[in-house]
Amino acid sequence: MTHLDPRRRRGARAVRLGSLTAAATALTLGLAACGAGADRESSTEESGGATETGVTEDSIKIGAHFPLTGVAAPGYSEIPTGAKAYFDYVNENGGVYDRQIEYLVEDDGYNPSNTSRVTDQLVLEDEIFAMVGGLGTPTHSAVIDFLNQEQVPDMFVSSGALAWGEDPETNPYTFSWQPDYEIEGKIIGQYIAENMPDAKVGLFLQDDDFGDDGEAGVRQYIDDQIVESVRYTSGNTDVGPQIAALQASGADLVLGFNVPSYTALSQLTAQQLGYEPDWYYSNVGSDPALVGSLLEQFSEGAVDGGGALDGVMTSEYIPGTDQPDDPWVQLWQEVWDASGEEGELTNYRIYGMSQAYAFTQALMATGPDLTRDGLVETVEEIGADLGGPPLAPFRFSADSHMGISGVRIVELQGNDTEELTPVLVTDIGDAPIEEESSGSADDAPPESGIPEEG
Amino acid sequence: MQMLSRAWRHTLVRHATLAVLGLLVAVVVLMSVDDFRNRQLTELAYMALAAGGLTLLTGINGQISLGHGAFMAIGAYTTALLLQDPETALPLPLVLLASLLVALVVGVLVGVAAARLHGPYLAGATLTLAIAVPGIARYFSTTLGGEQGLRVTSPEPPAWFLDALFFLTGTEPSNSQYYAILGWTLLVVVFFLLANLIRGRVGRRWAAVRDDEVAAELAGINLARARVSAFTVSAAVAGLAGALMAIQIRLAAPTAFELTLSLTLLTAIVLGGLGTLSGAIIGSVVLVYTARIATDVGTAQGLDSIAAAELAPLVYGTVMILVILLAPAGLVGSLLRWRAARAARGADRRTTPPAARPTDPHHPDGPADQQRRPVATTKGDQP
Amino acid sequence: MQLLNTLLSGLTLGAVYAAFALALVLIWRSTRIVNFAQAPMAMVTTLLALELIDAGYSYWVAGAVALFAGLVLGAAVEFLLIRRVDQSSEINPVILTLGLFVALHAAAAIIFSSQFRSFPAPFSIRGLEVGGTTFGIGPADLFAIGAVVVTMGLLVLLFRFTDVGLKMRASAFNQEVAKLLGVRVGSMLTLGWALAAVVGSLSGLLIAGGGLVHPGYMDPVVVYGFVAAVLGGLDSPVGAVVGGLVLGLSLSLVSGYVGSQLVPLAALVILMLLLTLKPAGLFSQAQARRV
Repeated sequence: MTHLDPRRRRGARAVRLGSLTAAATALTLGLAACGAGADRESSTEESGGATETGVTEDSIKIGAHFPLTGVAAPGYSEIPTGAKAYFDYVNENGGVYDRQIEYLVEDDGYNPSNTSRVTDQLVLEDEIFAMVGGLGTPTHSAVIDFLNQEQVPDMFVSSGALAWGEDPETNPYTFSWQPDYEIEGKIIGQYIAENMPDAKVGLFLQDDDFGDDGEAGVRQYIDDQIVESVRYTSGNTDVGPQIAALQASGADLVLGFNVPSYTALSQLTAQQLGYEPDWYYSNVGSDPALVGSLLEQFSEGAVDGGGALDGVMTSEYIPGTDQPDDPWVQLWQEVWDASGEEGELTNYRIYGMSQAYAFTQALMATGPDLTRDGLVETVEEIGADLGGPPLAPFRFSADSHMGISGVRIVELQGNDTEELTPVLVTDIGDAPIEEESSGSADDAPPESGIPEEG
Repeated sequence: MQMLSRAWRHTLVRHATLAVLGLLVAVVVLMSVDDFRNRQLTELAYMALAAGGLTLLTGINGQISLGHGAFMAIGAYTTALLLQDPETALPLPLVLLASLLVALVVGVLVGVAAARLHGPYLAGATLTLAIAVPGIARYFSTTLGGEQGLRVTSPEPPAWFLDALFFLTGTEPSNSQYYAILGWTLLVVVFFLLANLIRGRVGRRWAAVRDDEVAAELAGINLARARVSAFTVSAAVAGLAGALMAIQIRLAAPTAFELTLSLTLLTAIVLGGLGTLSGAIIGSVVLVYTARIATDVGTAQGLDSIAAAELAPLVYGTVMILVILLAPAGLVGSLLRWRAARAARGADRRTTPPAARPTDPHHPDGPADQQRRPVATTKGDQP
Repeated sequence: MQLLNTLLSGLTLGAVYAAFALALVLIWRSTRIVNFAQAPMAMVTTLLALELIDAGYSYWVAGAVALFAGLVLGAAVEFLLIRRVDQSSEINPVILTLGLFVALHAAAAIIFSSQFRSFPAPFSIRGLEVGGTTFGIGPADLFAIGAVVVTMGLLVLLFRFTDVGLKMRASAFNQEVAKLLGVRVGSMLTLGWALAAVVGSLSGLLIAGGGLVHPGYMDPVVVYGFVAAVLGGLDSPVGAVVGGLVLGLSLSLVSGYVGSQLVPLAALVILMLLLTLKPAGLFSQAQARRV
C-alpha cells in the first residue's frame, strides 16, 4: 500500500478512494439487507389481526440465547433441546389458545458481545414476543437493560444470579427461575451448622457470581467453620493446586459451587491425592447421571466407579433423572420420546422442559388476549401459586422477581437419592429458613401434560 | 519541492472532502434504517475500526498480532470504568479519548517488547497476551467485575446532537442511531487519518521495514522505532474500537475478549486483503453478515442447531485456508490484481508501453504500478 | 505437603506441555513453521481413539490407531496445504495453521459432538502411597512422564544419529543446498510433519488420560505448549522437555498460591522475560537466533 517512490503517489490515492468506496458498499449492503426486516414490520402492522409484537392469531414467537458452540456448550447446549421438545409437545396438542409456539434459539458461544448481537436479531428483526430462558450471567447481563428498555418479557433467565430478580423496579420485565445461589448456600450452611457442627469446611468455588453468592449464603451460618476457600477458573482443567490446598487445610467437608465437569475433575484429583473428605455439590454441579457418565470410564479400570458420587450431598429443586418414577419425570420421558431427537433424557433437558412448562403455564394463565404487559402482570400476580415441577413455589410478586424459593438437601446413593431434609424455603438476605408448607413438591402434572387454561 | 507540497495539500483537501461526503452518506443511511440495522452497522463499525488498526500493523508493517482483542479489552474496560456512575461520568468524547490513550500507552509497552520478535515468536507472544488480559480482569474482580464483568451505562445522546440531527433530518434519532452515527464518524475520521498516515513518510517507513529490513536500515530508518510506532497506533485504534464495543454491548466482560475475538479480527483482514484499509472493511462486512447466513443454510439443510452453529466457524476456517493458499492478497488485493492484469492485457493489445497510457482515471500511473502493488502486499510481509 | 503436591501436579502438567512442545520443535526443525493447528489435530485423533474405546477396543489399540491417524493427518496437511503456501512471508503459514485450527475445531464439534466425555487412563490415576501418605502422582502420571522422556530420547537419536534425521535437518536448514546434496526435500518435509503429528497425537492422548475431553480441551495447551517450546529454544527436543517441566511447575505454583486467573499472565511474563533476557532459549544449540 505504501510506496517508497513518490511518483506512485496517485496510485495510493486511488486505494484510499477504494476504502471509501468500500465503506459506502458496506452501508449499501446494510441497506439492502434491511429489506426483509422493514417489510415484516410494516406487514405486521397492516395485517392488524394481532395487537402484540410476536403474537398472531395462530402463533407466538419466542427466543432464547444459549451457548451452542465454544467451551460452555458441553451440557448447556442440551437445555434448549429439552425446551424445544416440550414446546413441540404443546404444539402437537393444540398449542396455547390455538397458537403454536415458535421457539428460536440463537447461539452466543457464551460471549456477551454475541449475546448482544443475537438478542438484537431476536428482538428487532425476528420480533419475538418474549425471551425465554436465556442462559448465563455475563451473557445475559449484556442484554438485560436492552430487553427492559424494549419492554420485552425476559422470562426465567437460566442462571441463579441475584441480578435478575432482586430489583423489579429497575428490571420490571426480567424474571428469575431457578433458586438463586445465595439461598442454596444458606440452606446447606444451616444444615451443616445444625448437623455437622464439628466439621472443618472447605469451599471449592467457581470464580464468578455462582461461587460468590454461594459463599455469601454459606458464611451466614458457618463462617467460623470454614478453614479454606479456593477458586477455580473455568477452562483451566488442572485443579490439582486447588484440591491440594483444601487437603492441606485439613478440611473434612468440602462444599462445591461448581459445574458438573468440575465435580468430575475435583473427584478425580482428590482420588489422585488420596484426599477423602465428605462432599457437598451445589445442584448445578451434582447431576449424578452426567457426573457418573463422566467418571464411568475410570470404573472399568483404575478407579472405583459405580455410584461415583455415593454419599455425596447435594440439593434438589425439581425432580430429575434419578427419580424415574416421579410423575413429572415420566411426563418428561414421554415428551422426549415423542420428540424423536437423538440422545437420552438428561437433567439439562429436564431443566429446559421444566422452564418451558412454567412459561406455558404463564401463557395459559394470561389468557387468550396475550400482551407483554399482561404476561408480566399475570406472573407477578399468580406466579407464587403456579405450582408445576418445582419442589418449592416461585417468589414472584410485584416486589420480587426471584425464582424458586427453596431446595431440599439430599444424599446421593447410586442412581437414587436419600432425603436429608424436607424442602426448605427462604429468601435472600437474612430471611429465615422455613419448612415448605404449600405442598408444592406433591403437585402432579395434569392428565394432558399441558398446563390448564387460566 | 513546492510543487510536491502543493500536490500533497491538494490530495489532502480532496480526501477530506471525500471523507465528509462519506460521513454524510453514512448519516443519511443510518437515519433511514431501523434500529436493528443501526445496531448491526455499529457492530460493523467497531469491528472494521479494530481490523483497520490490525491492517496497519500486520499488513503495512508486517508484524502479526494474534492478541488485538486484548487492546479492545483495555479500551472497553477503560470506558466501563469511566462510565460507572452516570452522574459524574465524563462527557463521551473524553471517555473515548481516554480509552484510546490507555490502549496507546499499553501499546507502547507491548510494542517495545514486540519490536524484537519475528513471525512465529511474535504470533505466540501476542497469542499469550490475548488470553492473559481477560485473566487480569478476572483476578481483580473488585475493580474490574470479575467473570460477570462491568455493566456499562450507555450515555444518552447530548442535546446539541439531537437538535442538530432534528434540524437536518426532521426526525429525532434513537439511541441506536446515535451510537451508529458515532461509530461511523469515528470509523471515517480514523480511516481518513490512517490512510494519510500510511501514505505519508511514517507509512513509507513502516512498509520499508516490512519489505526489507536491511535495506530499510541502510536507508537510515530506525527499525525499532518504526515497529513500536506502528504497534502503538494500531493498539490505540483497537482501544477506541473496544470503547465503542463496550457502549454498544453495555458490558465489558472477560468472555467477550477471549481468543476468538482476536482470531476474528485476523480473519477479517486476511479475507479482505492484508494491507488495504478497504480490505479491513470488506472483511468485517463478510464476518458480520455471513455468520447467520451459514447458520440458516445449515438449519435449512436439516442440521441440528448445534451443528448449524458450528458451520460458521467451519466456513471461516476453510475460507481462511483457501484465501491464503489461492489469493493471499485477499478479496480487495485480488480484485486490484485482476483489474491490473486486465488493464495490462488491454495495453499489450494496443502495443503501447504500459506506463505511457493511463487506462483508468483512478490509476493514471498505469498498470505497471498496479501490478507491483499486490505483489508488495503478499510477498512483502517479511518482518 | 501442599507444596509437594502442587509441585507434583505441576510435574505431570509439565510432562504434557513437554510432549506438545516436542511436536512443535519437530515441525520447526523440519520446516521452520510453528504449527498453531497442532492442538486441534491432536484433539481430532484423540477423539477418534475415544470412539474406538467406546466401541470396546482396548486403550492400547485405540492409542495406536490415534498415533497412526496422526501420522496420516500430519502428512496430509503438509502435502495438501503447507507445501502450497507462499512461505516468502512468515505470516502466511501462521494464518494457514490458524485457519486449520478454526476449521478442525468446528468439524470435530460437528462430527464428535461438543459434550464433555471422560477419557480413560491406561493405569491407575490414584496417587502412590508411601508409609500411609499419598503423593499426588500415580502410575498413570508416571506413564505420561516416561512416555515423554522416551519420545524425547528417540527424537534426539533420530536427529543426531540417523541418516534420515540428518537429511531432515538439512532440508529445513537450506532447501537448495539439501537438494544439491541429493536429499529429496519434499519427502523429508512430509516426513517431518507426519512424525510431529504422531508426537502431537501422543500428547493429546497423555493430556486426555484420566481427564475429560471435548473439542476445546487442548486449547490451553496451544499457548502453554508454545511457551514451553520457546523456553527450550524451539530447536531442541531436550530443551522442549525441560521447558515444559519448568513451565508446568511454575504455573502450578501460581495457580495454587496466587490465583488460577493469573496463570495465562504468568505464562506471558515468563515468555517475555525469556525472550528479552535469553532470546536463544534455555537450551538452544545455536549461538543466536532471530526471535
